Amino acid sequence: MSKTTGRKTYTRANKPLVWFPFAGGGLVAALMLPVMIFVTGIAVPLGLIDAEALSYDRVYAFAANPLGKIILFGVLVLPLWHAAHRFRMTIQDLGARTSGSRSVVAALCYGFGMVFTLLCLAALLSFW
Amino acid sequence: MSDTTTFTLEVLRYNPESDDVPHAESFSVPYQEDWVVLDALNWVKDNVDGSLTFRWSCHMAVCGSCGMMVNNEPVLSCKAFLRDYLKDGKGTITVGALKNFPVEKDLVIVMDSFMEKLEAVKPWIIRTTEKPVEEGTFIQLPKQLKRFKHHTSCINCLLCYAACPQVGLNPGFIGPAALALAHRYNLDSRDQGKDLRKDVTASEYGVWECTFVSACSEVCPKDVEPAGAIQEQKIESSIDWALDHLIPGRKAR
Amino acid sequence: MSRKPYEPTLPNTWWLEKPFYIRYMLREMTSFFVGAYVAILIVGLWQLSQGPDAWGSFLGVLSHPLSVIFHVLAFVFATFHTVTWFALTPRTTPIMRGDHFVPPGPIIGAQYVIWAAASIVVLAAVLW
Ligand code: SF4
Ligand code: FES
Repeated sequence: MSKTTGRKTYTRANKPLVWFPFAGGGLVAALMLPVMIFVTGIAVPLGLIDAEALSYDRVYAFAANPLGKIILFGVLVLPLWHAAHRFRMTIQDLGARTSGSRSVVAALCYGFGMVFTLLCLAALLSFW
Repeated sequence: MSDTTTFTLEVLRYNPESDDVPHAESFSVPYQEDWVVLDALNWVKDNVDGSLTFRWSCHMAVCGSCGMMVNNEPVLSCKAFLRDYLKDGKGTITVGALKNFPVEKDLVIVMDSFMEKLEAVKPWIIRTTEKPVEEGTFIQLPKQLKRFKHHTSCINCLLCYAACPQVGLNPGFIGPAALALAHRYNLDSRDQGKDLRKDVTASEYGVWECTFVSACSEVCPKDVEPAGAIQEQKIESSIDWALDHLIPGRKAR
Repeated sequence: MSRKPYEPTLPNTWWLEKPFYIRYMLREMTSFFVGAYVAILIVGLWQLSQGPDAWGSFLGVLSHPLSVIFHVLAFVFATFHTVTWFALTPRTTPIMRGDHFVPPGPIIGAQYVIWAAASIVVLAAVLW
């Protein structure tokens, strides 16, 4: 539906398509990412946590489980889209002002989200 | 008033008849403990340069017409005490027109764009069905009033527009005060115009331009909380959009 | 008299003008680290699907000093995202009890409790 006022026509936008994952992903990232980064990126590589924690067999068993797959998908893909959308808006803040440059930025950011969503799906669906 | 201290009032001036860009002009102004920036401007206008142009009316933070940048912060100049900016009555205070608006002259901005946006969100109670007088008045519970009361306090001072980078980056953005007012009427238990307003507030010029900088709520002199009002509308409009796409026929209301 | 308003433009350096805006820009920049981290994990998931050797080489990359430095930075930014996200929640979802709004304190506090619980669950699952 659209509305024309004095000088301008307003039409409802499809922004919720990206805003929902942005908001949901922001919440998931806030709750889950610090501890995940600590475990996979700091504690295990530095030996603070025994490397056995991320051994092939353990991680494979978790990712092969259907529930594990759903958890991994949610915890990875939602923050992915949160980041894609927020980064897009940040580039606009930093100077992408013309509609042309904004389209390019949007295509790159959401393209990044798309590629890694597909990669994540491909990985999760390739073993059970 | 013997041996008064004086301070420097640096005003960003613009004369459309002779200037292409604004330039700073300094005035030496006597310091008074109980003066606000607006008093200093009036002193200059009365004693030094009658052509200095600025808006004001109430001198008590009610009318919303005296908003300007003081030391690069958007404030009501009738509420900005000199003593909060100076040390022992000495120093410099810079004053300029509100950011993100065209400058008509000196400290006066052109607010036509805002008036248009304000009108676009229909900030008044809309009824799809009128209630006959015989049926009496509308009843509104204290908690129903409380839900939106803080959003009603807006005095259209436009400090929030001057503080918001998205207003500066996206000239079409409806902006904080108008969106807060739309929310205020949407939340009013007597109103039935939410769906009509959403065509504007959920458009690409509406809530989606906002990145929740929340500078608007920080500078608002009336605690209207526009930033919160906008986020609440994002959530509601998103749910609305999802339902529109999931339930066949819902959109065609 | 004809009008000739001066039309200002916001410079791209606007966010450097005030600490408040710099803080905002740091918050938005968390998206870079969030996006990069989940992208790395998704690549890891793909490696997992390719067998023990591929997973082993992924773990090897995580142990590289540059990787650890990146993850320490990512941890700091992700935590900043968490803190700022929680701080804004009272504005996005105000809660009314009776005739009054719940003050921000308890709303923010409750989120920290949930955050701590989620982090402990993840750590417990890893250390099990
Ligand atoms: S919302 Fe606050 S800052 Fe904005 S115009 Fe209204 S009173 Fe002024
Ligand atoms: S003069 Fe009325 S608000 Fe300042």
